[in-house]
Amino acid sequence: MALISKALMSPAIKAAYDRVASGGRLYIASLIFFGVLLLVGLAAGVNALFITGTRHVYATYREIPVALLISTYVFFVVASTGICLVSSLGHVFGVKNFVPLAKRSVYLAIVTILAGFLVIGLEIEHPFRMALYNIISPNFSSNIWWMGTLYSFAVVFLTVEFIFLLTEGRHRQAVIAGFLGVVTEVAANSNLGGVFAMMHGRPFWYGSYFPVYFILSALITGCAFIIFFVFLAQKIHQKPMDSATARALESVARLAMLLLAVMTVFTVWKILTTSVGSPSAATAMNALLIGPYAFNFWVLEISGGIIIPFILFLVAKGKNMVMMFVASTIMIFSIFFMRLDMVVVGQIVPLYWDLGVVEASELHRYMPSISEILVVLGGIGFCALAFLLGEKVFDGFKK
Amino acid sequence: MKDIFDRGENRKKDFSEVPSDRERREFLKMGLVVTGVLAGGGILSLVSNVKKAYSLDAYRDEYPYKPHYAMVLRQDRCIDCGRCMEACVKTNSVPDYGWRTMILKRKNPRSVDQIMEFIPILCNQCNNPPCVRTCPTRATYKDKIHGIVMMDNKKCIGCKSCMMACPYNARYYNETRKAIDKCDFCFETKLSQGMNNVACAEACPADVRVFGDLSDPESRVFRMVHQLQKPVWVLRPELNAKPNIFYTKG
Repeated sequence: MALISKALMSPAIKAAYDRVASGGRLYIASLIFFGVLLLVGLAAGVNALFITGTRHVYATYREIPVALLISTYVFFVVASTGICLVSSLGHVFGVKNFVPLAKRSVYLAIVTILAGFLVIGLEIEHPFRMALYNIISPNFSSNIWWMGTLYSFAVVFLTVEFIFLLTEGRHRQAVIAGFLGVVTEVAANSNLGGVFAMMHGRPFWYGSYFPVYFILSALITGCAFIIFFVFLAQKIHQKPMDSATARALESVARLAMLLLAVMTVFTVWKILTTSVGSPSAATAMNALLIGPYAFNFWVLEISGGIIIPFILFLVAKGKNMVMMFVASTIMIFSIFFMRLDMVVVGQIVPLYWDLGVVEASELHRYMPSISEILVVLGGIGFCALAFLLGEKVFDGFKK
Repeated sequence: MKDIFDRGENRKKDFSEVPSDRERREFLKMGLVVTGVLAGGGILSLVSNVKKAYSLDAYRDEYPYKPHYAMVLRQDRCIDCGRCMEACVKTNSVPDYGWRTMILKRKNPRSVDQIMEFIPILCNQCNNPPCVRTCPTRATYKDKIHGIVMMDNKKCIGCKSCMMACPYNARYYNETRKAIDKCDFCFETKLSQGMNNVACAEACPADVRVFGDLSDPESRVFRMVHQLQKPVWVLRPELNAKPNIFYTKG
């Protein structure tokens, strides 16, 4: 059996290896760089969980129990949902312009979920207990349980879909698996919003806003990731972009513009409704608008996350790929901080704020530690490494 | 117990030209509610009896657990001596980086009598606990017999979602237990060993903390909660977590 599989697999593996090895100096250097990032991140996380203890090396504490690592997890898995949703417009729902994006996007959706899992696996105190007790002691009223379980199913469906997409004559099965993948991704994503939305002790998060916002935000992130990675893929293969892919990116950019406009409306209403809400939520919003998080909000979230990309997409008219790439890069960078702000600002107002006690008279502060930053870089390293390898191993996701 | 809450029928009977005891009590109660609101501030939204603390019918005439452990904190008696916290640390091996109970301080610079007041806090052992709902592995649960919110340490994955969900900041991660730690009304160290009081209440020299069985009409906690002369309130009642930690004054 082993001999047979070796005989069958060897040429394919050898060809893939040759493609990787002949990628050029910059490509190999990038592989090494992101590989090192991944290893350093893993080391930092393992040290935090199993050697030194998270209390000593992570900057989270009783009042801010989750921060950068959870926001990075959110960043990756929401991106996965977005990539999955945007690409599904073509290969699941039949919008022709999006069809050329299918294989690479499904692969990217899997990679980004796994990057998210890597980061959260190095955030929670007992990842091995989680693997066991999530199965044998599930809590069906827990959004976190649903979110984790649905994302796990999504990985399975997307992997099956990806295999079918690579196999001749399996288009129908790929569509079915893709549909299941999209459904579980959206459900998981909305439940992720629900994790925050159902924290009724935290008024900044509480309410029906986040489960809906997360889907919208996922779509925007998906557009940015697809433009970013498809553009880079062309650079890796050192070939001009084919017209079908160019048309697909033009459609993605137009979709992104529409979604950014909708996001603007969402953001305005979030500001308005929260400002007249409970004192705690209004205080948090104040911190975001004119307080310690104002730079993040106005410069990154609003300018970098919405206004500048919208203008660049508008000027690029779906044709100027470099400009669209710049727009998507700025968006991805800004969205990362958008997630961090959402997670941290929801916790900075002390729980006894309205009681007027001395202990709850100042906003909580959070500044990431080196270990947390290294774990995040490890997640980014994994994502980049998997992308670079995927491009060569799967030979540019050709037909 | 029934006659306390059964106002709908009695109101008709008592309606006469001469104010009845019940009407006088209602009037007094209303005054206490107003006083309570002013004293407690926006978030406390004071209530004068258990009917409002437990607004659902299910909690009016009976309590779901037996014994239904609860605590009444006589807030104005607290002098911030910290003995409750010391006793808690010693009894439950609480590390220096965590706490199960603490005392908050509130300054009232415009007050004509005392400037400072002290508010002891601990896990509210909610009947509708947000932490239990959010825990993905049921590592934290509401005990079906006595209603204490307990921890099953081996199931805790350390995701800290319960810390995010708890509206009372009652939880922290304990490195020694390798799980989230919280007040269990000294169940592990005292109640399960046959003792009938908690360490913080025993240590308090001012008798601030009164611990007992709310389902027992003879208990002190029952009588303190089921009276109309003094305001009784819970923290953050708007969340509908239905706490079993009550506060009173006077």
